[in-house]
Amino acid sequence: MNNIGVLMTCPMFKYLEQELETRFNLIKLWNTEFLKKNSSSIKAVVGNTKVGADAELIDSLPNLEIVASYSVGLDKIDLDKCKERGIKVTNTPDVLTDDVADLAIGLTLAVLRKICVSDQFVRSGKWINGDFGLASKFSGKSVGIVGLGRIGSAIAKRAEAFDCLISYHSRSKKPNTNYKYYSNIVDLAANCEILIVACALTEETHHIVNRKVIDALGPKGILINIGRGAHVNEPEVVSALLEGRLGGAGLDVFENEPEVPEELLTLENVVLVPHVGSDTEETSKAMADLVISNLEAHFSDEPLLTPVL
Amino acid sequence: MATAQEEELPLVLVHRIPNFDFPFKHRLQAQFRLLDPLDSVPPESTHSFISRHAASVRVLLCVDPTPISRDLLSLLPSLQLIVCSSAGVDHVDLIECRRRSIAVTNAGKAFSPDVADLAVGLLIDVLRRVSAGDRYVRAGLWARNGEYPLGFKILLKHQFSNAFGKRVGIVGLGSIGGEIAKRLESFGCAIGYNSRRKKPSVPFPWYKTAYDLAINSDILIVCCALTEETRHIVNKDVMVALGKGGVIINVGRGALIDEKELVQLLVQGELGGAGLDVFENEPDVPEELFSLNNVVLSPHCAVATPECFDALEELITANLKAFFSSKPLQSVVEFD
Repeated sequence: MNNIGVLMTCPMFKYLEQELETRFNLIKLWNTEFLKKNSSSIKAVVGNTKVGADAELIDSLPNLEIVASYSVGLDKIDLDKCKERGIKVTNTPDVLTDDVADLAIGLTLAVLRKICVSDQFVRSGKWINGDFGLASKFSGKSVGIVGLGRIGSAIAKRAEAFDCLISYHSRSKKPNTNYKYYSNIVDLAANCEILIVACALTEETHHIVNRKVIDALGPKGILINIGRGAHVNEPEVVSALLEGRLGGAGLDVFENEPEVPEELLTLENVVLVPHVGSDTEETSKAMADLVISNLEAHFSDEPLLTPVL
Repeated sequence: MATAQEEELPLVLVHRIPNFDFPFKHRLQAQFRLLDPLDSVPPESTHSFISRHAASVRVLLCVDPTPISRDLLSLLPSLQLIVCSSAGVDHVDLIECRRRSIAVTNAGKAFSPDVADLAVGLLIDVLRRVSAGDRYVRAGLWARNGEYPLGFKILLKHQFSNAFGKRVGIVGLGSIGGEIAKRLESFGCAIGYNSRRKKPSVPFPWYKTAYDLAINSDILIVCCALTEETRHIVNKDVMVALGKGGVIINVGRGALIDEKELVQLLVQGELGGAGLDVFENEPDVPEELFSLNNVVLSPHCAVATPECFDALEELITANLKAFFSSKPLQSVVEFD
């Protein structure tokens, strides 16, 4: 398959790059000279959450057959265009579920127990002069999950082990769960202390966390976002935090990564991490292997492992 | 001078050092007559106060780490119960208590969920570099390095590790250890433990020594009581047995780990990381740790939540009431 052109949209993971290079003719989008010369030989695109496959890119690749995303989220892929052209799409579900769920709990604990702030307290030598003070308990608090898919369910399972009360909002009630369902996200926010965003980003869920939801969550409420930055009306969250209308936030994603609202950088009731939800050695490799397996299956006329389209 | 009303309430001797007090004192005073040498007017030494007042004292309320020595106990011939406000009781002469048949209760169950929460929080932080990531973003480095994700992000990928499937070894499977195990099982971790004796009702594999536990674990969580036997239970051999990628979390007492060896191994890259809430000489923390991104430092605040103190007040009040009505006590410390 060494003559098959595969386009990588941006630097992602060295291991993935190396594996693609040995199997295919890897072309790097960030080297634009190459792209103009090779666009007709490109049959596959490997994108991620930063740079996917939009209409413009798809239109410039006349022989594109498959988009294999190094992500589970599909918001950076023009799915309608792919459907129109008969282009297959695959993603990386399941292999990253545990990592993202772990991080959601980790962010919650970091915010409530002020782990990052107290770590800084020790590193700056302040502990010598007095105690740190009180934080907030996590165990037993009520957790509301937006989106009870693979990741949302994994978060719920973990939060249950902390004796948390679980409730959720999604498009429709899920059979086979005992968690309390809210058909309206504002009601969910009004009835939980920690709101965790874990749904897919679509037109419907864009800014699903808006002013009303933030107000319902309230001055003691905590917002955790491990979905997409665009799930949340970022300026509203920022002003709510600054004005004390929201208790705190743990954010892995932002509307304009890698830009993070400056006002957040000095707040002690937020924890900010640079979109690392699935960034572990084990999971990155598993995701890469899945991308490769999907590509190899496609070019060998075998069934795709994790097709979306 | 005690009022007639106060005289009717059961008597409790309070034992504390000047910097330590407890926030719910006034609520206890509604139900018990509290004798506190530090409140004596005019000021009197503890020894003198106790000798004068408290020969008939049956209960002593010990605030946090105020030491209870054999000498102190000898001034209290009628003492039957010591109620401690901490989970650790290494500051109490338990041998003497056992000899005199003085029961000791600790904060055990009141504290366990909060301590377990912090242990898990520290573990995820170390494995997933939450605090280090937060520092990176606040320093503006994500925006600066954004277009070419070299350096931190790629470095992260080769250092970050996930919790799923990892083997967790718990040193001391008491109330706190049990709560930690329950939480980490939901993360897909395999649990093993070391304690003085195998616990027949526990489904996890038991290891006779901390060394054996470490050989069979990727993560060690230290949460046992500090006694003469457990001092430096996590020594250099145990840490080397845990291995280069191993992570240690300590929410017990600083002296459970050989701190000097721990620091050296971390600095040399011979250990994967550490999350520490306790240290050998608090509040002094080895400065070599300050520049490490695979270490998370916490100023002994595993129980520092208002809910924890509420639970403590409930437990202490319940135990005092139970004692004076001859009912069973909770959170009783087992003597060896």
